[in-house]
Amino acid sequence: MWQVLRNELHPKGLELVTVGLDTLGSDGCRAFIEAAKPEHPSLIDRHHVLAALFGVVNIPSSVWIDENGMIVRPAETAPAPPQSDGRASRFTLPADLPQRFVEIRAEAAKIRKDTDAYHAALRDWVERGAASRFALPPDEVVERSRPRDDAKARGHAHFQLASQLEIDGHHAAAVHHFREAHRLVPESWTFRRQAWSLEKVGDGPLARFWQGPNPDAPEAWPYDGDWLSDVRKVGAENYNEPWRP
Amino acid sequence: MLLRSPRVSRSEFEASTGWRLKPEGACQGEVCIPLSQPPGESIDVARVAKDIGMPLIAAPEQGLWALGPASIGSRALASAQAPDLSLPGLDGKEFRLSSLRGQKVLLYAWAPY
Repeated sequence: MWQVLRNELHPKGLELVTVGLDTLGSDGCRAFIEAAKPEHPSLIDRHHVLAALFGVVNIPSSVWIDENGMIVRPAETAPAPPQSDGRASRFTLPADLPQRFVEIRAEAAKIRKDTDAYHAALRDWVERGAASRFALPPDEVVERSRPRDDAKARGHAHFQLASQLEIDGHHAAAVHHFREAHRLVPESWTFRRQAWSLEKVGDGPLARFWQGPNPDAPEAWPYDGDWLSDVRKVGAENYNEPWRP
Repeated sequence: MLLRSPRVSRSEFEASTGWRLKPEGACQGEVCIPLSQPPGESIDVARVAKDIGMPLIAAPEQGLWALGPASIGSRALASAQAPDLSLPGLDGKEFRLSSLRGQKVLLYAWAPY
């Protein structure tokens, strides 16, 4: 879907750069990238530097950058492009889904996406550039970016440490630092979902989406929250902030 | 920035953090922060981090340190100037965001989980 969009907008001066935020790096991202067969840069971000540098707190998110390297829209939720032909999602799920995935799907269906507004704005910016009202002035870009204080900066450092510890094979130490990152940057869904995704339950392509306690050993779950509990606590309709023009 | 030692070369520090270490201090964009010690070729990361206000978190048992972002101003972005991002593709080759100067860029974050 993004490839179709990119094909249309690239001749008008837009390049798409996708960044996979995954501690598992190429191993985690390869299947998805190869299936997409991208003609644009597709990068791998093992330590979530996009969080530290741009304030990304959830995926999918986008940042708009103009021809002079100036950010004109800071990190915000980026819904997938609208399907032009009304086809249902191309992901087919197994017939007998475990109950947890049934519940995850139910919550995910309630997550709001301002698809039409976002994509109309994107096209407006591609057509009109700086004259687009959706291209924000520098002061507003800074103002709209995430609050950050020393505690949150420490949280970012804990996350990067955790990610490298995981890569180096020190899982218990990684968990400790992931927990600190969660505590210090509670607004980051990516910090939590990354950590949860590393506690695989079962095998197969859905294993990393379980993101919660293993029903065979629930007491072994090392985190305070999990995807279902945390989404229900905040309310799925509040998972994404409303898109602000 | 991840470190395997509490000391790094000045060029590595500058390349990884985007801060230039000059006699007048550590500088990024229009901001310069005085350093407690003139910068040499080898940097005491803990000391410079403290001067700049960047957190340094240690996992000394595993020989690893992480230097977090400076919290300048009260926001994730200190200015609207895009930081120069450099990340590898699937092939391991580094790609610099600044190589796309002259085009509009939609930077899109996703995850396989």
